[in-house]
Amino acid sequence: MINFVLLISRQGKVRLTKWYSPYSQKERTKVLRELSGVILTRGPKLCNFVEWRGYKVVYRRYASLYFCMCIDPEDNELEVLEIIHHFVEILDRYFGSVCELDLIFNFHKAYYVLDEILIAGELQESSKKTVARLIASQDSLVETAKEQASSISNMIAQATK
Amino acid sequence: MNPFSSGTRLRDMIRAIRACKTAAEERAVVRKECAAIRAAISENDQDYRHRNLAKLMFIHMLGYPTHFGQMECLKLIASADFPEKRIGYLGLMLLLDERQEVLMLVTNSLKQDLNHSNQFIVGLALCALGNICSAEMARDLAPEVERLLQSRDPNIKKKAALCSIRIIRKVPDLAENFMGPAAGLLKEKHHGVLIAGVQLCTDLCKASTEALQYLRKNCTDGSIRILRDVSNSPYAPEYDISGITDPFLHIRVLKLMRMLGQGDADASEYMNDILAQVATKTESNKNAGNAILYECVETIMGIEATSGLRVLAINILGRFLSNRDNNIRYVALNMLMKAFTVDPQAVQRHRSTILECVKDSDASIRKRALELVYLLVNETNVQPLTKELIDYLEVSEQEFKEDLTAKICSIIEKYSPDKLWYIDQMLKVLSEAGNYVKDDVWHALIVVVSNASDLQGYTVRSLYRALQSSPEQESLVRVAVWCIGEYGEMLVNNVGVLDGEGPITVTESDAVDVVEAALRHHSSDITTRAMSLISLLKLSSRFPPTTERIREIITHEKSSLLLELQQRSIEFHAIIQKHQNIKSSLLERMPVLDESTYVRKKVGSSDAAFSADKTGQRVSSGTPVSIPNGVAKQQAAPLVDLLDLSSDDVPVASSSATDFLNDLLGVDLPSQSSSGVVSTGTTDLLMDLLSIGTSPAQNDLLSPDNHTSSVATSGKIPSVSSPPSVKGVALETKSPHASGPSPVLDLLDGLSDMSFSAENPTFPSITAFQSNSLKITFTFTKQPGKPQVTQIKASFTNMSSNTYTDFLFQAAVPKFVQLHLDPASSNILPASGNGSITQTLSVTNTQLGQKALAMRIRIAYKVNNQDMLEQGQVNNFPQGL
Repeated sequence: MINFVLLISRQGKVRLTKWYSPYSQKERTKVLRELSGVILTRGPKLCNFVEWRGYKVVYRRYASLYFCMCIDPEDNELEVLEIIHHFVEILDRYFGSVCELDLIFNFHKAYYVLDEILIAGELQESSKKTVARLIASQDSLVETAKEQASSISNMIAQATK
Repeated sequence: MNPFSSGTRLRDMIRAIRACKTAAEERAVVRKECAAIRAAISENDQDYRHRNLAKLMFIHMLGYPTHFGQMECLKLIASADFPEKRIGYLGLMLLLDERQEVLMLVTNSLKQDLNHSNQFIVGLALCALGNICSAEMARDLAPEVERLLQSRDPNIKKKAALCSIRIIRKVPDLAENFMGPAAGLLKEKHHGVLIAGVQLCTDLCKASTEALQYLRKNCTDGSIRILRDVSNSPYAPEYDISGITDPFLHIRVLKLMRMLGQGDADASEYMNDILAQVATKTESNKNAGNAILYECVETIMGIEATSGLRVLAINILGRFLSNRDNNIRYVALNMLMKAFTVDPQAVQRHRSTILECVKDSDASIRKRALELVYLLVNETNVQPLTKELIDYLEVSEQEFKEDLTAKICSIIEKYSPDKLWYIDQMLKVLSEAGNYVKDDVWHALIVVVSNASDLQGYTVRSLYRALQSSPEQESLVRVAVWCIGEYGEMLVNNVGVLDGEGPITVTESDAVDVVEAALRHHSSDITTRAMSLISLLKLSSRFPPTTERIREIITHEKSSLLLELQQRSIEFHAIIQKHQNIKSSLLERMPVLDESTYVRKKVGSSDAAFSADKTGQRVSSGTPVSIPNGVAKQQAAPLVDLLDLSSDDVPVASSSATDFLNDLLGVDLPSQSSSGVVSTGTTDLLMDLLSIGTSPAQNDLLSPDNHTSSVATSGKIPSVSSPPSVKGVALETKSPHASGPSPVLDLLDGLSDMSFSAENPTFPSITAFQSNSLKITFTFTKQPGKPQVTQIKASFTNMSSNTYTDFLFQAAVPKFVQLHLDPASSNILPASGNGSITQTLSVTNTQLGQKALAMRIRIAYKVNNQDMLEQGQVNNFPQGL
């Protein structure tokens, strides 16, 4: 089971956090501080796994961003690396060559994508296409609702003129 | 409309925060935004609610408090439209967790949304429930989720399956409701549903044995079929990852098969073929393939696989281990740990490769490899393995040394074939990484050396050599100093030379040099210095010509700022200066330390209480001394207990040290120390002033006028001051009324002319009072010529795990008896028998021989500032008191 997902920038800034196990706000801050200290200082050629408080943290660096997932000791580390990559590819497809700024300004969208990939710390969907399709249809639902709202307010505005 | 809430867009707020140069600026921006959001919340502004919540999520991610926005999530979820619900559920998952009570309020909305006609709204609700539901919500909403498992939409189905995982993790009792639907999911074609269904089955197997049996019966075939289909599937672009179709499904099915096949020969039998196929056919040049192989090996090791299959698995691990990719090597080491229980021989074959991994530059790999090596060690390979590890210890990184040292020491202790080897290896470790060696390890070494009489000479010479090359390793210095003190003459006279041992010439003054260096070395801590002092004292008796020099060194330490050292040096100085006649017997070599006792002490957590108790008994039973020669023996043992083995907690040792010394040196101490004081009436008052322990009854008894008793109460103030300082003063000034922890100097002065006559009747010690929390022993002495007067030394031991403060002992006696209490040695009683309080009582039985002594006692103390009171009656005094 994945206990939490973190996206940390090279400078230690938090870009996304998703907690599947209960951690209080205080613990969360502590975990973030500890892990960014451990992971950001590791050299490039070392393995992508860090043992931490009886768990394992699997991380992978993409440009300036570190994607980290904390898993139980008996989980498959190599598979988690693939899950991270799966997530990144879907983000890439969704944003169109994703960069850190996309994730900052559209952080909520990154969360929507993650929610289509993981639930309860377990993998939900192995098809990138399916995830993309689901997100797209939900986005279009939002768009139509917005258009409706604006057209209604237009109508009201015109009617009250 | 509120002037604030028109506010900025989300994008603008993020920009403003990013533009901040300092943390203070950022805080200011966030504060302003939060104020605006709060205002909007209190106005119940609906237009910007979703935007405000989005802002709050961003602020939350930066680590600022956002609890005030929690209710907004609920309002958004309750709204009818999808966009509001979407952001509301996201906020709910980010801002809340399962422990917040607010979460309960959302149960009803969730229930409605789970029954919604729009599949995406159902999806949102399932996602939220799966990520943060609490046990109560799981119970309430389980029927809805169960129903959704039968839904026609695959996307709902997979979400419901994962949500069920969360539900049975929270409430395992619900597992049986989900068994049937879960088994049904494995018949699907949609990969998302399959993956979720397989995971649900795996979790059900973990949650209940009933479910495990059901699924074993109904799903073994299904899971094998899924694995066969997916591994034989032709190229499928939608699921393809580097040439493999859906590695995620592969891995999850393999995991389920492990659960089903574990401990079940039949199920395992069915799996053999497909596992062999996956293990041989999977490409291992990409991470995805290796991930499958890794999982496959774990499954083969987990189930009752055929031996051929296991060989295949171990070979895959062998290939992994020689891979250049660190990730692959890491998982190989990880897997070999698990394989070791199944097939230790096969793992042993990779020993040399594993040993190489201990020296890897990657900390994660080193750690794994070290744990594995630790498993691999046995009687036959311990020698070469230890050699390798110790060689590596020299070059390893600082932060790894602690782990490595602990493991090496543990290996040496566990598997050493003989004592010589043990001592040799320990000395190597001490010289390389003495600063990382734990106290119990070097204590154990001392015990072993003490028991190996034929190796003591060799050990002390090796230690002397080692000390020359690495004088900065603390625990090496301690062991060396101890051994030189004990076996100094073996060092100088080359006693017991072993074959192949190089010749060494050490003069007496060389030996003293080394110990002096340890005493003076800037990095030596108080324990090392204390040990060096004792060692010097012992050397003064081993090498009489150096006595004068040692006396000077000790004199120098008399001005030490550390109380312990100062006190010791004063005592030792007195021994050298004034008591030549008993010095040699006092400083005899220590008796052999009992190995079994030490092992027990190391194991039990109540070790301290045990040994303290034991020491106490030994000392008290040794009190009536009739053979002068026997004195030294009995003294030597506790001295070491006190100064060497209990040195892991120095403060305790030092606080009780004086008592021990009293016991040790002052054979007849109580009568000797207080005899001069009690007899005169004036000092009686002084005693009262100082005594904390006098009860009102006694005050009446001893000091008839009210004046004195008022003085007595006011006099409590000085006596409350901390015991060590009182002791220190007593030692310095030879204050006449410090009689509890009586000045050792006085005592030693008197010791020479003290008669060790056996003419006084002796009385056995008794346990006067014992409860779960407290033990009191009485030791009796009588002065010659005063048969009516008995000195009772009461010793209090704390049997509980809490320290007692404000400890106060009171006693009452029948009218025909007169009682006088001296002040107690302390008013703080350390926990678990780590030291004791002593107090001297003098009792005058006016009807000696006609009536027996009896006493009522009352003990008051505070535990964690709570007043406690214990009382009892002592009737078991020996005859003739």
